Amino acid sequence: MRKILEKLESLDRRIIFIFIGLSIAIPLLFPVYTDFSVTAPVEGFYDAIEELSPGSKVLVSCDYDPGSMPELFPMNVAVFHHLFSRGHKIIVMQLWATGTLLAERAMNEVLQEFPDKRYGEDYVNLGFKEGREVVMVSMGTSIPKTFPTDAQGTKLEEIPLMQGVTNFDDITILMNISGGLPGTKEWVLQVQSRYGVKLGSGCTAVSAPEFYPYVQSGQLVGLLGGMKGAAEYEKLVQRPGTAQRGMDAQSVSHIVVFLFILIGNIAYFSVKGKKKRLKVSR
Amino acid sequence: MRREIPIAICFLVGISFILEYFIPHEDVLSIFETIRQWAIIVIAFAYVLGIANLVRINSHVIQRKGRDWPYKIILVVSLFFMITVGIIFDIFGIRLGGIGEGTIFGWVYFHAQYPLQATMFSLLAFFIASAAFRAFRIRTFQASLLAVTAILVMIGRVPVGESLWADFPDFIEWIMNVPQLAGKRAIMIGAALGAISTALKVLTGLERTYLGGE
Amino acid sequence: MWETIGIWLGAFLTLCIFSFLYKDNPFYKLAEHLFVGISAGYWATLEYHNVFRPNLWDPLTREGRLLLIVPFVFGLMLFSRFTKRFSWLSRWPMALIIGIYAGITIVGYGSGDLILQIRANLLPLYTDHWLTSLNNILLTVGVITGLIYFFFSKEHKGALGAGAKIGIWFLMISFGASFGYTVMSRMSLLIGRVYFLLGTWLHLLE
Repeated sequence: MRKILEKLESLDRRIIFIFIGLSIAIPLLFPVYTDFSVTAPVEGFYDAIEELSPGSKVLVSCDYDPGSMPELFPMNVAVFHHLFSRGHKIIVMQLWATGTLLAERAMNEVLQEFPDKRYGEDYVNLGFKEGREVVMVSMGTSIPKTFPTDAQGTKLEEIPLMQGVTNFDDITILMNISGGLPGTKEWVLQVQSRYGVKLGSGCTAVSAPEFYPYVQSGQLVGLLGGMKGAAEYEKLVQRPGTAQRGMDAQSVSHIVVFLFILIGNIAYFSVKGKKKRLKVSR
Repeated sequence: MRREIPIAICFLVGISFILEYFIPHEDVLSIFETIRQWAIIVIAFAYVLGIANLVRINSHVIQRKGRDWPYKIILVVSLFFMITVGIIFDIFGIRLGGIGEGTIFGWVYFHAQYPLQATMFSLLAFFIASAAFRAFRIRTFQASLLAVTAILVMIGRVPVGESLWADFPDFIEWIMNVPQLAGKRAIMIGAALGAISTALKVLTGLERTYLGGE
Repeated sequence: MWETIGIWLGAFLTLCIFSFLYKDNPFYKLAEHLFVGISAGYWATLEYHNVFRPNLWDPLTREGRLLLIVPFVFGLMLFSRFTKRFSWLSRWPMALIIGIYAGITIVGYGSGDLILQIRANLLPLYTDHWLTSLNNILLTVGVITGLIYFFFSKEHKGALGAGAKIGIWFLMISFGASFGYTVMSRMSLLIGRVYFLLGTWLHLLE
C-alpha cells in the first residue's frame, strides 16, 4: 500500500489530465440530469426582472469573450429570453470587443423564439465602445454622445427605442454579463454607486465570491455565478440550455478534483511519515 | 519640460474627474464630457499602438530569422487578413466584407478565434486539477481551513452535493454570505484604500513610472 | 457547407491546443500564433468600426467638429514611441489616460468600495432572531480582524496579534471559497469544449 502511495506522489500529470477529461466526457455522453434548487442571489436577479413594469428599457452590457462563453453565453441567452418574454425593451452594448459577435449571436438565437420583435423598436445593439470606466461614466452624462451610432452605423436619434434615452435616468435597470475587467466591479463602482442605477450581474464563477459583498450591501440586485448560476436561471425562466446540460459533468469533475486532493494529501503524509521514521531510526 | 507638462496634464485631467463628482453644473459637466469623449478616442489609439508594436516585434523576428520565425509569419499574415476582410473590404464595399455574422470576418471569428480562445482557457481545468493534486497540502490549521472550505464549496455548489444533503446549498450560501463575505470585504476595503492612495500619488506626481525613462 | 467546414476547422484547432497537454509541439505553436494574429486583427478592426469611425472620423469630416483634431493628434502622438528622438511626445497622451483613470479610481473606489461597503457592515449585533445576530457578529468581527491583519505599521503582538490571527481564519475561508469557485469555473470552460467536440462536431450527444 505504501509503495502505491509513494508512486502516487510522483504521478505523471498526464494521467490526471485523462481522468479530468473522462470526468467531463462520460457525464455528457450519459447524462443523469440531477435536480438542483435555486439559490437566493439567482432569485434576486430573476425577481428584479419580474418586478419591472412592461415595456421597461433594460440596458444589457455583454462584457465577455469566448474564453468564458460556456458560463456566460447561456446566461446571456436566458436574460434576453426572460426580458422579451415579459415585454421589455433591450438595449445591448459591449465593453469587450470580443463580446460583439457573441451578443449578436445570443440575440439571434432568442429572436427565433420571438419573431415579432423589431430592431429599433424592441431591441437595439449599440455595439462596442473602447474606454472601459470612461465609457461608463460618459454614459452617465450622455449615452448618445458616447454612442453616436448603433453597431450598424445608424444615428441614435433615428432609432425609435433610443428616443428620450439620454443617460442612466432613462434606463430602468442594467444587467451586466461580465467575464472580467471591465465588468461588474467597474459597473458597481462607476455607475451604481454614482448614479444609483439598479444593477444585476451574471459573472464567471471565478469572480462570483468577490461580488457577494455587493449583493449584501444592495449594490447588486442579484447575482448569477458561473455555469451553476446560469443553470439555476435557465430553470427559473423555464428555458433549458447548455448550462443545465453541463451540471452532471460539473458534479463528477468536482468529485474527481476532491479525490485528487485527498489522495495527494494521503500520499504526501504517508511518504513524509516514512521519511521521518527513517530519520529517527538512524 | 518633457516631464513637467505630462505631470501637469495628468494632474489637471485627474482633478477634473474628481471635481466633476461635486460640481453638477451643466456647463461644467459639458467640459468634462468633452474630455471624456477625447479620452475614449485616445484609449482606442493606445490599443492600436499595442497591435502595431506586435507587428513591429514579430517583423523583426521574421527578418532576422529568429526563434519560431515561420510561426511569426502566420501571426502577421492572419492579423492583416482580419484587418483586410474587416476594414478594407468594408471600405470598398466588397461582398462579405465588414464585421458581423454572415461576413468572412464573422466566420473566422466563430470558427477560428472562438475555438482557439475557448480551448486555451479550458486547459486551465487540467492544470488546476494537477496543481491541486501536487501542491494542495494540508500542513497547518489555516491550510486546513482553506482546504475544508474549498472542498465544501466544490461539492455543495453542484447538484451532487444537494443529493447528498438537501440543506447543503443553504449551508454553502451561509458560508458565502457570512465568513467568506467578511474576508472579501476586508480585502475590498484594504484594496480600496490602496488604490486611492496610489491614484493620489499618480495625480500629485509622486508616482511617475508611467513616464518611462529619459 | 461553410458551417460544416467551420466546425471541422474549429475541431482541428481545438485538438491542436489540447495536444499541448501531452507536450509542446508544432501543431500547438501553429494554433497559438494563429490565435494571437487573429485576435490582434480582430481588435484593430473593432476599434476602427466602433470608435475611430463613429466617434472621430465621421464627426470630424462630415459634421465639421474640428475640435476632434485634438484627440486625433494626441492619439497619433502615441506612435512617436517608435522613434528615439520624439518618443517623449507619447508621454502627453499617456498622461491623459493615466490622469483620467486615477481620477476615476479615487471617485469609484471611494464611494463604491470604501464608504458603501463600510456602511453595509454597520449591522445591529442584537436582533430578534439568534441566527441573524450571530451572522452580524461574525461579519463585524470578520471584517475588523481581517483589516487588522492588513495593518502592518505595528508588530502583530498581543491583542493586535490575536486579532490578526482571527482575521487570517476568515481570509483563509474566503480564499478556500474562491478556490472552490475557481475549480467550478475552469471545469465549466472544459465542459464547453468537450460539448463542442462530442456534440457539435461528432454528433454523439442527444
